[in-house]
Amino acid sequence: MNILVLLKMVPDVVEELKIGDDFKSLDRDWLRFILSESDEHALEQAIILKEKYGGTVTAVAPDAPELDDALYSALAKGADRAFKIIGEWDIYRSPGLAKVFSRFIEINNIMGEQTLILSGSQAIDDLEGEIVYYLAEFLGLPGCCVVTSVQYNPDSNCITLLKEFSGGLRGEFELSLPAVIGIQAAENPPRYIPIAKIRNIMKTQKIEEIEIPVEGIPNGLTIEKLFEPEVTDRAEILEGTPEEVARKLVEIFSDKGII
Amino acid sequence: MIADIESLRGVTLETLYDTPEGRLIKSCIQCGTCAGSCPHGEYMEYPPRRIIKMMQLGLLDKVFDSDSMLKCVNCYACMSKCPREIHLTEVLLQLIKEQTIMRLPVVPQELQKALENSYRYGNPMGESGRKRINWMQNLDVPVRILSQNSQPVDVLWFVESYPSYHPRGQDTARAIAKIFNRLNVDFAILGNEEKSAGECGMLSWESGLAESLVDYNMAIFTKYKFNQLVTSDPHALDAFLYRYKMFGFKAKVTHVIPFLWQYFDKLKPMLINKLHYSVTYHDSCCLGRHNGYYEEPREILKAIPGIKITEMVHNRSNSICCGGGGGGMWLDTYFKSQNIERLSDNRIKEAIETGADVLAVACPYEMPRFEDALKVAGYDGKMVVKDITELILESMED
Repeated sequence: MNILVLLKMVPDVVEELKIGDDFKSLDRDWLRFILSESDEHALEQAIILKEKYGGTVTAVAPDAPELDDALYSALAKGADRAFKIIGEWDIYRSPGLAKVFSRFIEINNIMGEQTLILSGSQAIDDLEGEIVYYLAEFLGLPGCCVVTSVQYNPDSNCITLLKEFSGGLRGEFELSLPAVIGIQAAENPPRYIPIAKIRNIMKTQKIEEIEIPVEGIPNGLTIEKLFEPEVTDRAEILEGTPEEVARKLVEIFSDKGII
Repeated sequence: MIADIESLRGVTLETLYDTPEGRLIKSCIQCGTCAGSCPHGEYMEYPPRRIIKMMQLGLLDKVFDSDSMLKCVNCYACMSKCPREIHLTEVLLQLIKEQTIMRLPVVPQELQKALENSYRYGNPMGESGRKRINWMQNLDVPVRILSQNSQPVDVLWFVESYPSYHPRGQDTARAIAKIFNRLNVDFAILGNEEKSAGECGMLSWESGLAESLVDYNMAIFTKYKFNQLVTSDPHALDAFLYRYKMFGFKAKVTHVIPFLWQYFDKLKPMLINKLHYSVTYHDSCCLGRHNGYYEEPREILKAIPGIKITEMVHNRSNSICCGGGGGGMWLDTYFKSQNIERLSDNRIKEAIETGADVLAVACPYEMPRFEDALKVAGYDGKMVVKDITELILESMED
């Protein structure tokens, strides 16, 4: 199989997020970036498929802070090549990034009969979950998202997928390759890679840098305003010893006619 | 009983036999004292004795493929009892452990998270590095942060992750800050520049992680001038005393309890409040068995007016590990899945049997482990866990 996995860096919510002075983006002073969690799963699923059915894994991501760490980690996990698409990609949303990825695929002549393109099904910075379908449309391929299991049948060159729906329902789908899929969760949790191995990869392997022409690429939705959830005065924190708090609670409940 | 650490950097299982350490291993008489003294020995397919035999037979691959070494909590019990004085915990078991972790098909989730967090954030809990000094909020004594005032200082206090982030650890950190101030210690901390010393990497022997943290902290140390390093985490003490030495770290390092012992004459008159506690002291593996500090904590406790000390059945060199070392801090769920009783739950029963109402500890891992154990074993409210520094402060404060 020729497996391509599309990755994206997102803000790390371990740091407190602050809205920038423009009220349209996050304050980048203290922002750290981390690989999107579902992309982490897409990468894991890609490596699992390679281990099961053979082939190569290529990881590709638009440039972002701390991306190199994520790409070296992908190489250490078993990716064969890692590409960084040079440029400023902040303003591009799903349709734009899908176009960037489709150009990357065309320029590098990656498409083949046994090509499977994976990405995470949704990233926390937009919650759009659209990139897979845009890319499938641009490439004229079948697409499926929120996938939790992938099996490949080399004889028919088809993949069998499990897709999760709300309410605990699951659907089984069959797509012929090439195809684009969005991974919700890999078969196994993303594996641990000893740091010694990552440090060694940093010395012995290279991240390939590539430029993609940006003309004609739509940026999709434009952010008008970012704001924090508005504070309402409905919550009241009761102070005091547990006994005092309990007494106040009982008073409030009886005032409201609950007890 | 300490191995010649400097000579061991870069030693692998292949080259181990060429070192004095390796020759010691060859002298093993297969008495099995190590396996018998191991708190998890009965659950290991390959306890230390069998590992040595397998090594002699060239069958170590079988050992790597079992999870035996994942169950090693680095408590130094086997090493301290070995009649041939083989440096099991310090050398052989670490090397076996490294291979075990590398070959595990799946690293237990909590351990994986702790290791990844230590690499990315510099602390196993995955907290923001910028919140490392949050324990100082509401602290009413000054603590100098070197990045703000880089004047040379006598004591560089390496706070470490649990005292920086864990709520009960933070209580200990605040107690230490207050005691240092009362004793007029010239001290400072690294603040948000500090990252975990890397003992979690070392004890679960993730050498790459350990090295990345050593590289980081060593670079920070070179920015400042200090005479000695003091830490309240015996695991960090071990990291600095043994692992950092391989990388050229030369400063004097002490744990906070033996450090306060040096100030004993000044400290004792300050201990004025009578504490009516019956106290039993749990010897931390790294502080006791590995570094021999058995009496200093007890002498300090005895100096606190009103405190009565009772000993547990297993004390000093026979102390039983709390189960937090060697990555065990993050393997509770894994052990539980194999029906292995938490060592801290076991140990707390011994503490309860003494009839004491306070369990005194000197290691930041023990606080959460024993507080949990009290709840798990059904003794919540019957005993409280306090760090020795908290008891000192209680006796000092107005």
